[in-house]
Amino acid sequence: MSTNDEISEVRIMKGNEALAEAAFRAGMQAYFGYPITPQSEVIEYLMKEQPKHDCVVLQAESEIAAINMVFGAAGAGARVMISSSSPGISLMMEGISYMTSAELPCLIVNVQRGGPGLGTIQPSQGDYFQATKGGGHGDYRLIVLAPASVQEMADFVFEGFRLSEKYRNPAMILADGALGQMMEKLTLPPAGSLPYVDKPWATTGKPAGKDRRIITSLFIQPEKMEQVNLHLQEKYRQIQAEEVRFEEYGVEDADIVLVAFGLVARICQKTMQLARKKGLRVGILRPITLFPFPSQRIAELAPKLEAIVTVEMNAGQMLEDVRLAVEGRCPVHFKGRMGGMIPSPDEVLEAVEAIAEKRNFELSR
Amino acid sequence: MEIPPLTNGFELVYKKPRTLTETPMHYCPGCGHGVVHRVLMEVVDEMGIQDKTIGVAPVGCSVFAYDYMNVDMQEAAHGRASAAATGIKRVLPDRFVFSYQGDGDLAAIGTAETIHVVNRGENILMLFINNAVYGMTGGQMAPTTLLGMKTTTSPFGRESGLAGHPLKITNLLAQLPGAYYVTRQAVHTAAAVRKLKKAIQLGFQYQSLKKGTCFIEVVSNCPSGWKMTPTDSNKWLEENMLPMYPLGDLKTPARSMN
Repeated sequence: MSTNDEISEVRIMKGNEALAEAAFRAGMQAYFGYPITPQSEVIEYLMKEQPKHDCVVLQAESEIAAINMVFGAAGAGARVMISSSSPGISLMMEGISYMTSAELPCLIVNVQRGGPGLGTIQPSQGDYFQATKGGGHGDYRLIVLAPASVQEMADFVFEGFRLSEKYRNPAMILADGALGQMMEKLTLPPAGSLPYVDKPWATTGKPAGKDRRIITSLFIQPEKMEQVNLHLQEKYRQIQAEEVRFEEYGVEDADIVLVAFGLVARICQKTMQLARKKGLRVGILRPITLFPFPSQRIAELAPKLEAIVTVEMNAGQMLEDVRLAVEGRCPVHFKGRMGGMIPSPDEVLEAVEAIAEKRNFELSR
Repeated sequence: MEIPPLTNGFELVYKKPRTLTETPMHYCPGCGHGVVHRVLMEVVDEMGIQDKTIGVAPVGCSVFAYDYMNVDMQEAAHGRASAAATGIKRVLPDRFVFSYQGDGDLAAIGTAETIHVVNRGENILMLFINNAVYGMTGGQMAPTTLLGMKTTTSPFGRESGLAGHPLKITNLLAQLPGAYYVTRQAVHTAAAVRKLKKAIQLGFQYQSLKKGTCFIEVVSNCPSGWKMTPTDSNKWLEENMLPMYPLGDLKTPARSMN
């Protein structure tokens, strides 16, 4: 099949492959990674297609080495991506913390699997805390995008690179094993549509007559370290003010709103259909950015609702952010599955019906 | 002819290269780091590659190397300087890239990166300062600490049953096909410094050939960590370190062609 990446193109692809192809089209200049299920198709696709592109693709000896290669390449000004799944992302946390402090842009992809520990290779959203609260040491945030389709696996590569370079901060695509493995129709964005930005801070060789550039996360004097932290916090406030993204379905007349991200938001769409047939006025709020979180919108909705149900593939992690946003203005319930299990629309519906009838229900099983 | 500037009435005949900054070094009196920094930057200056050189500093005593070296630099996580250097070199293949690491950084926490960077034959220069002790954290045992050598974490002397043997990582690396030039040098005498400078020159020159990794171990001292005067530490180095870590080339391009 001949392809022309200069134009947008309709294809049927796995999420992992769509993400990889989108990375080339988004002008990625380097990728470093290490195989791990369920996202190994990313590096496999990149290796196979690399000869057609001007891009470094390198399999590192570990996730630790890979993230530090990303550090070096990003510091040298390249547009860099790295991908892994939950246990591998844990190994990268030190490097990610360093990159936030040194203000290096990069795109990190976590195709989550069930944990803790070596866990399972089945899909999960168990890394929400790790992704949105920092994850490594120190006070920092990542810009976190949560795709819900193969289309968004591709689109968010562009958005992730763009936001990370705009704010000089690592961005993360927080997907899951199902999104990585499932095939869907998508429209691939055209290559060359994401312009490169100037990076005068990059270490490309000290220009004659100008100061040398230093990429560092070491600020040994506490006064200086505090200034760096204040600067980072100001940046995160700006991101919170300007970059919140979410989607809503049927919240206008809703009594109960389901808050769900990623794959679970699509499951909840079916639940919403079923509930509406039964006369229950159910809506959905789907956070697309998990940091920044759409707290303000949730706070606006809360006083008008009978209840909010947070639905996740974990033990209730985003639930805490929803409760912080609601601040007691309506009851907030939780329905979840863990360990690689995916909730069915029917079991979410059972929870919704129980809440509507003010019955007790099993929170998670 | 350029008239040499006068300093306090004296003619300045030996000055620091432009590639070193004005920042006073924080190293202890007698430490080898300052000498290695100077020799390294002399070579960058003399080769005229200041605008094409990117260095990576480690975690350890030389964590502030970028304060002294007047080239573009990155500060890597502990043990990962060679991985960061890999990232730089892969996206900027025409630049001169070096990493600068101590024994704990390169041969303990960063062993995997060290071996795989050389195994891939990354076209970088790796400098390895071996003073057999963790200097910055206060003199703890390093992978290269000699048997019987007392440190704060081997207070009765390093004992192989508990802590293994001194790791001759340079010898290991010389076995790898990706290594192009592997040598062990020192800075305890003027003659040793001159030899080190020659090795660093080769390390940068070979980088343009894109034939593999150049690796230079520098056997150095740590007067503070060893609890000795600088003079005594150099004597101790010669009598104790050099028998374990003998100086000389371990792999040269001519031999690697055989």
